[in-house]
Amino acid sequence: MVKFFGGLIGLFFSGWLLVSFVMGAIEYTTNPPEKAVEYQFHEDSKKVSFKSDGPLGKFDRQQLQRGFQVYKEVCAACHSLRLVAFRNLADLGYNEDEVKAIAANWPIQTPDIDPDTGEASSRPSLPADMFPKPFANDVAAAAANNNAIPPDLSLITKARVGGAPYLYSLLTGYQDPPADLPDSAKPGAGLYYNPYFANLNLAMAPPLVADDQVSYSDGTNATIDQMAKDVSAFLIWTAEPKLEERKQTGWAVVAFLLLATILGYMSFRTIWADEKAAKKNKADA
Amino acid sequence: MSFPWAKQYEPTTDLGKWMDKQLPLPRFIYDAVGAGYPAPRNLNYMWNFGSLAGIFLVVQIVTGIILTMHYAANANIAFDSVEHIMRNVNGGWMFRYAHANGASFFFIALYLHIGRGLYYGSYKAPREMLWLLGVVIYLLAMATGFLGYVLPWGQMSFWGAKVITGLFEAIPLVGKPIQELLLGGFAPDNAALNRFFSLHYLLPFVIVGVVIMHIWALHIPGSNNPTGVDVKGPQDTVPFHPYYTAKDGWTLGVALIFFAAMMFFLPNALGHADNYIPANPLSTPAHIVPEWYFWPWYAILRAFTFDFLFIPAKLLGVIAMFSAILVWFFLPWLDTSPVRSGTYRPKMRIAFGLLIIFTIILFICGGAPAEEPYVMISQVASAYYFAYFLIILPLLSRIEKPLPLPNSITEAVTGKPLEKAS
Repeated sequence: MVKFFGGLIGLFFSGWLLVSFVMGAIEYTTNPPEKAVEYQFHEDSKKVSFKSDGPLGKFDRQQLQRGFQVYKEVCAACHSLRLVAFRNLADLGYNEDEVKAIAANWPIQTPDIDPDTGEASSRPSLPADMFPKPFANDVAAAAANNNAIPPDLSLITKARVGGAPYLYSLLTGYQDPPADLPDSAKPGAGLYYNPYFANLNLAMAPPLVADDQVSYSDGTNATIDQMAKDVSAFLIWTAEPKLEERKQTGWAVVAFLLLATILGYMSFRTIWADEKAAKKNKADA
Repeated sequence: MSFPWAKQYEPTTDLGKWMDKQLPLPRFIYDAVGAGYPAPRNLNYMWNFGSLAGIFLVVQIVTGIILTMHYAANANIAFDSVEHIMRNVNGGWMFRYAHANGASFFFIALYLHIGRGLYYGSYKAPREMLWLLGVVIYLLAMATGFLGYVLPWGQMSFWGAKVITGLFEAIPLVGKPIQELLLGGFAPDNAALNRFFSLHYLLPFVIVGVVIMHIWALHIPGSNNPTGVDVKGPQDTVPFHPYYTAKDGWTLGVALIFFAAMMFFLPNALGHADNYIPANPLSTPAHIVPEWYFWPWYAILRAFTFDFLFIPAKLLGVIAMFSAILVWFFLPWLDTSPVRSGTYRPKMRIAFGLLIIFTIILFICGGAPAEEPYVMISQVASAYYFAYFLIILPLLSRIEKPLPLPNSITEAVTGKPLEKAS
């Protein structure tokens, strides 16, 4: 009975799937789907490497500080960094006084409540504060940015396929639309063509427009390429501040496991010696 | 249990004797996974994944309980509480990455364990109940995995919850109320998150309960083995401890090395970037895909593109997706060949090889966007999947001529007949 009804169900499922396949294949060959414009013009991220890549990767703290400077002077006007606190900047190599100064002098103040009147107010930030948001709320952010809310950057390198290389490609990828781009895909008002962006046109104006837009204090030449690379490296850190701790722990764990596995394998061989011998006898016979 | 020649537990210390009289827990362990459980001497490495799955279940429960101490199941702060674990909790990143990747490793072990059972006929008499309980474990694990993926309340959490509960909507008449009951509302929100969290905490302990029954059911007939031939005498078996504890032990080390490499060096490789974006009901991700361990079933769901008479394609897909797993419940009665092991079934071996290939194809198609040619490929692969269980195996049971079986496990291992083997 099980076999009979099972067979009927199997014939139905498999049969209908094959019928669907044939109908789909006919549709596919007679009326092949057109490739979307995005598909033709979209480009994969540029190949770029960071010091923090790979199992042995470590942050380049100089680069993180430069990247932080780019964030502060260029990105922070529109993009929040809500999951990062000023105190976290100590990881970048700033000392306590420097962190205090960065927090106190941050152009946007931390929202607070006036202790006397209870009214909304603001005050200079402390190291324990998170980075204040540039806009009071999403409506204000959208209103100021052609209806596109600038995404928070705390996790951006983990929240986009392609990670930091994608970010670097996007920042350096603004260009004039190609001549053969169909009208439907041409950038509308307030949009900018960038083949690394999923739907080709981006509401963010090119943020890095000229060399030496920021002046690095460590003497590094602030080309657009360098600034894009530095800020991408900085945003790897904001997304994964425990990256170095993670990789170092990983090596210790793998080393321990390797040793334990070798010892385990040796005891396995010893315990099974008789059984292996019995098997070997068979092979020899 | 099991075999009369099983070693008996004999406490040697006074404490041991006292314990054995009052609560024979050491005896229980000794009989379950100690020297008191005789296991076939010829088990190959495919027999290592059951205990491995059990260990990853423990990893999940331990890391999960610790994560719960810091996680907040509230739609407003769930996402940030996960980031709090990643940034501010001591070692929090380690527990979260272990938990997220541990789920994948649990499923890898489950799939290899199930595949082993399918090839070596471990589902056949006298082990039907063992197999049925295993299918229940797998279903519970799927539910737990899905519920857990919703908890970080990222974009893929939210939209995954919406799509998967939306499947129930396809059921006529009662579908809509069922979906609303599952979500506690019309769309995923705080009510859904809270009940998902509650169930995600409950189900692993239900799994532990079923695992205990699974091991109990295993100990009555004893383990199957690569020849599929019954154990006939003491020479066919070795005590589980130290033989299989040593074997499982060192392969556990290998598995943990892979696990550590994954969670420490590529912790997000099996996840989805969109889940690092907080849930936003107003913005749909370009491709909504579940976790990789659901991909074959997701491919089967999407393979149904045409209505059949009055049955809409979506409903057909949902029925087929559930049937693809429910068919395992009937497997012992679909495959009635008296020979268990695929090693001695020349035609079944080929059919099984194709099943593995087509299932891998379904894995790939389930993770790909719902576009051609992936849909057409999934249709062919799904057709074979159903045909294997419902048509090919029942037919082969009738027409296949199996190869001669060895007289005993000992003969298969040593080449000498059971009686004379030293």
